[in-house]
Amino acid sequence: MNILKQAKFFWTSIVLAIVFSVIMQFLITGGTLNQFYVNTLFFIGINIILATSLHLIIGITGQFSIGHAGFLAVGAYASAIMTMKLGLPFPVAILVGGLAAAVAGLIIGIPTLRLKGDYLAIATLGFGEIVRIVFLNIDYVGGASGMTVSHLTTWPWLVACVVLTVVVIANFTNSTHGRACISIRENEIAADAMGINTTFYKVTAFAIGAFFAGIAGALYAHNFYIIQPTNFGFLKSFDILIFVVLGGLGSMSGAVIAAILLTIISTYLSSYPEVRMVIYSLVLITMMLFRPQGLLGTREITSFFKAGKTAKGGVQHDDKKTVA
Amino acid sequence: MEVIQQLVNGISLGSIYALIALGYTMVYGIVKLINFAHGDIFMVGAFIGFYSITILDLGFFPALLISMVACAIFGVLIERIAYKPLRNATRIAALITAIGVSLFIEYGTIYARGAQPEAYPDGVVSLKSLELFGVKISGQSILILGTSLFLMILLQFIVHKTKIGKAMRAVSHDMDAAKLMGINVNNTISATFAIGSALAGAAGVIFGVYYTKIEPLMGIIPGLKAFVAAVLGGIGIIPGAMAGGLVLGVIESLVSAAGYSLWRDGVAFVVLILILIFRPAGLFGKNIREKV
Repeated sequence: MNILKQAKFFWTSIVLAIVFSVIMQFLITGGTLNQFYVNTLFFIGINIILATSLHLIIGITGQFSIGHAGFLAVGAYASAIMTMKLGLPFPVAILVGGLAAAVAGLIIGIPTLRLKGDYLAIATLGFGEIVRIVFLNIDYVGGASGMTVSHLTTWPWLVACVVLTVVVIANFTNSTHGRACISIRENEIAADAMGINTTFYKVTAFAIGAFFAGIAGALYAHNFYIIQPTNFGFLKSFDILIFVVLGGLGSMSGAVIAAILLTIISTYLSSYPEVRMVIYSLVLITMMLFRPQGLLGTREITSFFKAGKTAKGGVQHDDKKTVA
Repeated sequence: MEVIQQLVNGISLGSIYALIALGYTMVYGIVKLINFAHGDIFMVGAFIGFYSITILDLGFFPALLISMVACAIFGVLIERIAYKPLRNATRIAALITAIGVSLFIEYGTIYARGAQPEAYPDGVVSLKSLELFGVKISGQSILILGTSLFLMILLQFIVHKTKIGKAMRAVSHDMDAAKLMGINVNNTISATFAIGSALAGAAGVIFGVYYTKIEPLMGIIPGLKAFVAAVLGGIGIIPGAMAGGLVLGVIESLVSAAGYSLWRDGVAFVVLILILIFRPAGLFGKNIREKV
């Protein structure tokens, strides 16, 4: 019964997503939405992918990585080389962007995931900076002046990638492997003692997160006409981090909602960038002081609707569940 | 001779890193928090020094003192407002708060005074340069080295010979036991922040005099590199931070001298990742076995 319910929920969401995207497609091609809103929509899509991919690493596996912009950069540059230098079609470029970022995730993940907490954070931050400096020094991709990229990101591709990311990460979280990752987040030593190969799962989660960040990078590169190493500094990493922290560490819907809200707010504040950053930083500080678990904590938005129904069955309370 | 010249430059740069790294290492040693805002205190120090020199028309040493005092107060304020309520929170929450404080100082400064850079006036320091075995050492380098060395010796004195230094060592060794022994832990932590921030403020003024240009985002990269220096020497170990800063400065200068000046910023992070993988306790640190 439960499985049937889950399947029904799954297909309803997919159908809703398709209906929504078709409506938006008509609005975009029909010219009802002006360019400003269309740009914001594309931004939201890319940020949702970034937020969910970082959510897998920080929220589910509990590995505090603040070099996510590095993977974004790897994906962006790899895909731009595919389309602009080698003339390959866009879908191939998206895939290559994701794979290149995943390989980068493996390379950086295998040595650094031996570190914990603060050290891991600093090492990933350092990695993000190294990626930026490497691209800054390669003349093949334009160095500091950047690389021009043609506009290939379309609404259907964007929606397809967003849905794919969300579905894969949600299913991964609910699989055996996802539960292993959650156990690592809750207590790594205990997870190790229970026979979970912690290194394997940490690296896997890192590589999957990096893969989707790379896909976001491909979409990002082909949306903005030009990519420059300065776009991928650690301020970008902090932007992504804020989505995850604000939404709730361990809640995917929280990360998605935070990504949508903050993208809308930041596009309206884009003419006052310093005000935007002051607000962001104040939000981060007050959030950590008064509600360190984020807006939704580890709960999902759907659990609020289910709460009434499951209560009479005596199922465990939502707050006690650590499963996202 | 070129190499020796670069070594001298590297040591000057390294002593600035060392001064910032001392604050990182002291704070980490006592509350196990990477104080991301430390690099921004360095920036604030540079600006306070700049305004004392240009507006109040003071000399180098009075400006240095004002900047150190102001930064010490600023550091304690940050600790009391943002970090103290989180003392028992998770490490990640504290780290995110530190990032938030850092962003707030950076963009608050930009909001308050704009993002345009300022230049320290010439002739703040009028020392003759020194010729030693064919190597020209500028008066500024001597001043930087002298001031840094003096501050480091002063710090060693405070930590090892005074009562507050003893309290700091006790708290960093075991906070609960120190509390049981009647040490006022909150005041000790505030004192640590004050001393670390004062050193960062001094580093800011020295940086301004040596490199002339200052701007609101200047603290990010030196802050991160100083953290690398602290990790390199073994975080929590005061002589380690000094040695780490000097080593890092020399490595950077040698990389620039070899013609890879664009890769200079990357080198520090490569050093960091290598040290974290091969010797996570740092050059001066002891390996501590993990206990369950």
